[in-house]
Amino acid sequence: MNEISILIGGKAGFGIDKSGNIIGRLLNKLGYRVFIYRDYPSIIRGGHTFSIIRASSSRIAAHLDKVDLVIALNQETLGLHKDRLKKECFYIFDSEQVKPEAAGICGIGIPLIKYLKEENAPEIMRNSCIIGAMTKAIGLDFDVLESILKKEFHKDPELNVKVARRGFDAGKELIKMDPLSREGLPLITGNEAVALGLIKGGLDAYISYPMTPSSPILHYLAEVAKDFSLEVIHPESEISVILMSLGFSYMGKKVAVGTSGGGFCLMTEGISFSGMAELPVVIVLGQRPGPSTGLPTYSSQTELHFALHSGQGEFVRFIVAPGDAEEAYYWSAISLNMSYKYQIPAIVITDKLLGESTFNFDMNDIQDIKKEASVMWDRKSPYKRYLLNENGVSPLAFAGDKDAIVKASSYEHDEFGITTEDPKQTMLMQEKRLRKEEFLMQDLEKLSAVKVYGNNNSEIALLCWGSNKGVCIEAAQKFGLKVVQPVVINPFPVKQFQEALSGVKKLICVESNATGQLARLIREYGFNTNETILKYDGRPFSVDGLGKALEEKIK
Amino acid sequence: MNQANLATYSQSTWCPGCGNFAILNAIKGALAELHADGLATEDVVLVSGIGCHAKIVDYINVNSFYSLHGRVVPAAEGIKLANPKLKVIGFAGDGDAYGEGIEHLIFAAKRNIDITMIIHNNRVYGLTTGQYTPTSPLGFRGRSTPQGTSELPINPLEVILASGASYLARGTSHGIELLKSIFKEAILHKGFSLVDVLQVCVTYFNMYEYYDKHVYELKDHNSQDYNQALNKIREWDYNKEAAIALGVFYKTDNPTFEERFLADKPGEVADKDSIIKELLKKSV
Ligand SMILES: Cc1ncc(C[n+]2csc(CCOP(=O)(O)OP(=O)(O)O)c2C)c(N)n1
Ligand code: SF4
Ligand SMILES: [Mg+2]
Repeated sequence: MNEISILIGGKAGFGIDKSGNIIGRLLNKLGYRVFIYRDYPSIIRGGHTFSIIRASSSRIAAHLDKVDLVIALNQETLGLHKDRLKKECFYIFDSEQVKPEAAGICGIGIPLIKYLKEENAPEIMRNSCIIGAMTKAIGLDFDVLESILKKEFHKDPELNVKVARRGFDAGKELIKMDPLSREGLPLITGNEAVALGLIKGGLDAYISYPMTPSSPILHYLAEVAKDFSLEVIHPESEISVILMSLGFSYMGKKVAVGTSGGGFCLMTEGISFSGMAELPVVIVLGQRPGPSTGLPTYSSQTELHFALHSGQGEFVRFIVAPGDAEEAYYWSAISLNMSYKYQIPAIVITDKLLGESTFNFDMNDIQDIKKEASVMWDRKSPYKRYLLNENGVSPLAFAGDKDAIVKASSYEHDEFGITTEDPKQTMLMQEKRLRKEEFLMQDLEKLSAVKVYGNNNSEIALLCWGSNKGVCIEAAQKFGLKVVQPVVINPFPVKQFQEALSGVKKLICVESNATGQLARLIREYGFNTNETILKYDGRPFSVDGLGKALEEKIK
Repeated sequence: MNQANLATYSQSTWCPGCGNFAILNAIKGALAELHADGLATEDVVLVSGIGCHAKIVDYINVNSFYSLHGRVVPAAEGIKLANPKLKVIGFAGDGDAYGEGIEHLIFAAKRNIDITMIIHNNRVYGLTTGQYTPTSPLGFRGRSTPQGTSELPINPLEVILASGASYLARGTSHGIELLKSIFKEAILHKGFSLVDVLQVCVTYFNMYEYYDKHVYELKDHNSQDYNQALNKIREWDYNKEAAIALGVFYKTDNPTFEERFLADKPGEVADKDSIIKELLKKSV
């Protein structure tokens, strides 16, 4: 087989996540391209959690509803995912926990606890044991798994290998996966890609208050803070987060913050402050289903207009919505660059699906990221923080410079930074700040702000944004359709978008929300969608699921 | 930097007789004297909130960050952490610091981050024309409480002492010399310092006479002693008739947040790209 999907499920706290990663690495090692979808409830112990590990000979960034193999660490997994299995009996289960007859299924039962006891291994090693059986089931040699286990487990690698061997020996081959003769690619989550992209963009400080699905960025950057000399701070609230970041920004430090909808709500006054005081900052907005607390650990695309309109007043903002790990890396770096070049807030919209899924990452696919230098004060005339000039970007100086006095303000201000309520000054300053957009737009023309995939000659195109990129590309392929994905959301790349739509007669908008937010946005620019496919149950589109919905729309 | 009187061209819009003038003059005096003692004025950043108090940054020709209502502290912390050599001085109203943004004050004190907060405590919202604040006395008749408030004030010094501040003092706007010497000491203090200034709002809560009658300067007070400090701070609870102590209540030497946080930060990392590549390689 050149493609496989494996589901592993159990209770939260079983180590399903880690197991999913190991299976992913195993298939990656064989040269397959891998995507891992994680589904878990907002609970630490108990509750059903599962991962779908999909591997294919071509690049993928979406899962399928149908799977080839189900690994069940508890009874619930059998019942819940019964309909997914393509072939009967392709189950591997813990025979001491799971009663297959009760679920009316058959498969390979492994007495995990018995083996663990015999090997004197702790219960958590059930995972290694059953992955051993899985390795056999998909027709692989044990030594591939052995090398991965040794790399993944710093504690007791030998015991993990021993236990896995027991599972392997007790298993039987169901499917034959052949190794592909090529190297695996790095496997990282979208959140890790965002973090690395920010570092690439020159990040000095990351400030965040934990909130799913963005917390992993905080955790990751805190882990690597020393390597990159970053200041990573977790303060008392998102309000503190955004204000602290503006303090860093005032001092010329490149700073980013991360949150989700609820935390973003608390940040909006600070974002508006960033716009007024021209203090650059990047905000990573990880979407999850709302309103309010909603479904904390699931995914949605519901904050497009919130990001666009967050904060009082009118000011320029840069907004991007990357669709996979490479785009997350690239556009996070670009966001930091643009934010600092134009002294504006930038928002990177992600979601649970992008942030917490695992993707292959190919540095070769990433376009050059040009380092943008900030415009610095020439020291010739007395320093004015808000000097009026052609492109609205005033040169910078920072506190500590003995020749400059640097005054930043949330009030309307004059060039020096002192409060004014003068009508003329007010207009001049408002125009200065808004003027930047035109120049930012010119920069965007040089970047691929709108992506096109699939059959360029098709008159039917799918329109998508963010994490639906992968699923749309694959579903479109099946029907020979085109896919259009605006990555830059604001300023909206109208010209590139228009070009992308040339020849398209029917535009089908695919979004993970209930109201069609991108469809609404493009209407503002005079573009119309003919159909929408919306999903708002917190679960991502699957390739087969979207395919079915498409069939209806294109017949 | 050679600035004779640190003034800007901005015209003051405070009411005549407002206690903010005293704070302005005291801080300018303090900065000038610190400058004479060798503090580089360019290494000072003033941060303010929103309210009558906050206008102070427009009137001083020094680096400044005019923040949002209630958000002096986190901005000041960010500036300090971005460049620990700076002296960061926050000016906040009582509505600002003890109301809208009190959580930041508590956390900054808890961290003992080396910034100085000067609270213009007029016990009223000045700029929004006279509503009660967290330190208005019980029964205060403001525009949102015409029948008088139904809640007791907090004692902010007690709250902030309990939160971990390492320097706490009180002054009034009738006593510039004391204010100036407290400001200087607070700015030089290593760790989180807060000065509660009983700043009189002549327009909405004129307490000049009351304060003149009740205040006294602390003497024979051991500011190193936490319990003595707590007792003195509790002497007046911002509500009942009592003597009101001025001066330094508490002063202690504790490690600061930034000392711990930045302790083992390496300097510039030369080749971040290759570290990124290394990390990626590990994830194959
Ligand atoms: C988020 C927010 N809420 C409310 C206001 C309106 N506002 C401006 S100043 C102020 C109160 C000021 O009182 P205080 O902080 O005590 O300062 P004072 O004017 O007394 O110096 C308020 C409520 C605001 N600017 N921002
Ligand atoms: S309203 Fe009160 S605090 Fe504000 S300027 Fe007038 S006297 Fe001063
Ligand atoms: Mg006040």
